[in-house]
Amino acid sequence: MSKPNSFSDRTKSFFAEIGDMTFFAGRFFRELFSAPFEFKELIRQCYNMGIRSLFLVTVTGFILGLVFTLQSRPTLMDLGAESWMPSMISISIVREIGPVIIALICAGRIGSGIGAELGSMRVTEQIDAMEVSGTNPFKYLVVTRILAVTLMLPLLVIAGDTIALIGSAIVENLKGDVSYTLYFNKVFDALSFSDVLPATVKTVFFGFAIGLVGTYKGYNCAKGTVGVGEASNSAVVYTSMLLFIIDFIAVFVSDIFFEL
Amino acid sequence: MNKENRKPVLELKDLQKSFGNNHVLKGFNLQLYEGENLVIMGKSGSGKSVMVKCIVGLIQPDSGSITIRDQNIITMGQKELDFLRTEIGFLFQGSALYDSMTVRENLEFPLRRHKDKVENFQGTEESVKAALESVGLLHAIDLMPAELSGGMQRRVALARALILKPKIIMYDEPTTGLDPITANEIIQLMRSIQKEYNTSSLIITHDVDCARVISNRIILLVDGINYAEGTYEELSNSSDPQTRAFFKN
Repeated sequence: MSKPNSFSDRTKSFFAEIGDMTFFAGRFFRELFSAPFEFKELIRQCYNMGIRSLFLVTVTGFILGLVFTLQSRPTLMDLGAESWMPSMISISIVREIGPVIIALICAGRIGSGIGAELGSMRVTEQIDAMEVSGTNPFKYLVVTRILAVTLMLPLLVIAGDTIALIGSAIVENLKGDVSYTLYFNKVFDALSFSDVLPATVKTVFFGFAIGLVGTYKGYNCAKGTVGVGEASNSAVVYTSMLLFIIDFIAVFVSDIFFEL
Repeated sequence: MNKENRKPVLELKDLQKSFGNNHVLKGFNLQLYEGENLVIMGKSGSGKSVMVKCIVGLIQPDSGSITIRDQNIITMGQKELDFLRTEIGFLFQGSALYDSMTVRENLEFPLRRHKDKVENFQGTEESVKAALESVGLLHAIDLMPAELSGGMQRRVALARALILKPKIIMYDEPTTGLDPITANEIIQLMRSIQKEYNTSSLIITHDVDCARVISNRIILLVDGINYAEGTYEELSNSSDPQTRAFFKN
């Protein structure tokens, strides 16, 4: 198939891809609830995507908390509002910055990984080989991966947020003589159910988006090494865009239910 | 061979497949009989691989029928097709070994779902070892595919194709990309496997030596149709120059 050139061709192709991806998501839900279940592969993918991303997420979270606190401190000091620091940092990190930054990091690490892995399996006929051997490759490769990211991302975000708050507490302790106990007391006073629940629920959707786009791009990869590169690259680009759209919708919906 | 008295294990009738304006198969017909080695020859891009992928359900043909052991695979549901696929072994052109798994895991993979369909199943470990032994690679059981040479990868892929003890084996360019000595080893292996497992084989190739050694019958696929059919001797001595051209080394 030749590449679309004109604006109308590209628009058509874009909407066709959205339609394909919707069917792909529909197939995921159909296959998710039908036997056989690939539990062993699901556990393996949870380990690959969860545990193996933990180091990256904790380092990013720690630096995020550290830098965010260092950058915000002077402004709050000018306003004489240093005591608001734990509340401001915790609400910002838990509600918005933590989930979005960690999801973007995971889109880079996990989304591109899935796109490249499935893409190269498609190109080297490994997916065809699974199908010919009477195994459902969609269930084995796609369902397990989407489910693993959907389950793991909320946990990674919780871990990342916690480490970010520890980073922030360290800065406050060193620069503002705020004890760790006081800092975390203020954090827990500031955070409420309406901050934590919507933020956690949206990470489930973030995880689903990362898994869905990565697997869709890899599974439907065009032939050749260029196709694998494109699958990996476009998985990250599409997912990043989708994450912001989901974030916007999540904030909008949260505002309706929790009056943010 | 007296074909009239036997039922084909695989039959294609008037198979047609196009990709846009590219009409690859234009009414291709084929019968594969039990215990037979049928070779399909044709130029690159003539639709040999498309035809064989239609047979295993990887590509949906536009029209025509594909019957395997009296079952039409085109009208089959996914579960029935998966069941039927356990009776077909497929050797891919590039081996298609799962590169994130060891040789052992590659061979265990088809058994995960279908061990109950294997006749006289002796257990996963024993089946894996028996299949690897029949291709002479038992020592490579714990290696990764990347640690194997091209010829060894082809042999492991063949062992994987045999693990469910299929009735029919399809080889897509089994000797392509291999040096002549390794290619000859693969051909001899295909012959010994045919005897050991009593399979019917459909071999897609343009390797004349492979066709000469292994074929009971050859079909030439030209312009999407059966251009010529016969034994190696008949076709290589044909009066038609285009047919003879396939057999010049």
